[in-house]
Amino acid sequence: MAMTASEIEELIIKAFPNAKVIIDDLRGDGDHYAAQIIAEEFRGKTRVQQHQMVYNAMGGRMGKELHALALNTSAPSE
Amino acid sequence: MEQSTKDKIQNIIDENDVLLFMKGTPVMPQCGFSAAVVGVLSHMGIKYNSVNVLEDPEIREGIKEFSDWPTIPQLYVKKEFVGGCDIIREMHESGELTQYFNEAGIST
Repeated sequence: MAMTASEIEELIIKAFPNAKVIIDDLRGDGDHYAAQIIAEEFRGKTRVQQHQMVYNAMGGRMGKELHALALNTSAPSE
Repeated sequence: MEQSTKDKIQNIIDENDVLLFMKGTPVMPQCGFSAAVVGVLSHMGIKYNSVNVLEDPEIREGIKEFSDWPTIPQLYVKKEFVGGCDIIREMHESGELTQYFNEAGIST
């Protein structure tokens, strides 16, 4: 059911190849993660759009195999 | 999603200036993420209505497709989807949420 941090990271990097990604397993239970993602692709997008892009990268796993993925997204600063 | 579900969701959104789709109720949230958003809204003194998706499987699945957002809670203000738990928390911490409500004409 659950996903590993490296599986999540792999899906994110596949969608945003040059992103900086930090993943925390919040409870150590393989089910509650936090991801900090800095990617050029986010520039000019609203937070809702940025999170939707990450959810799309998860390919429908979000809310199913992946119960909780807290997101913090931004574009790199100049 | 069936058109009737879509209409039902659209009608509730149209009728409520501030609407939270959540698991449980503001008094008895059934999920930590829903509870977090309830906490922010109460802290700010926002008047809002909520839909308990656990009582309506049709809305529970429908709202995810409606908003193109896979998780609950979901906050709508004046028919606009504002975000889920992370975004609301982040906007609250940065003060953007107060500004957002003010600009939407919702008193805080």
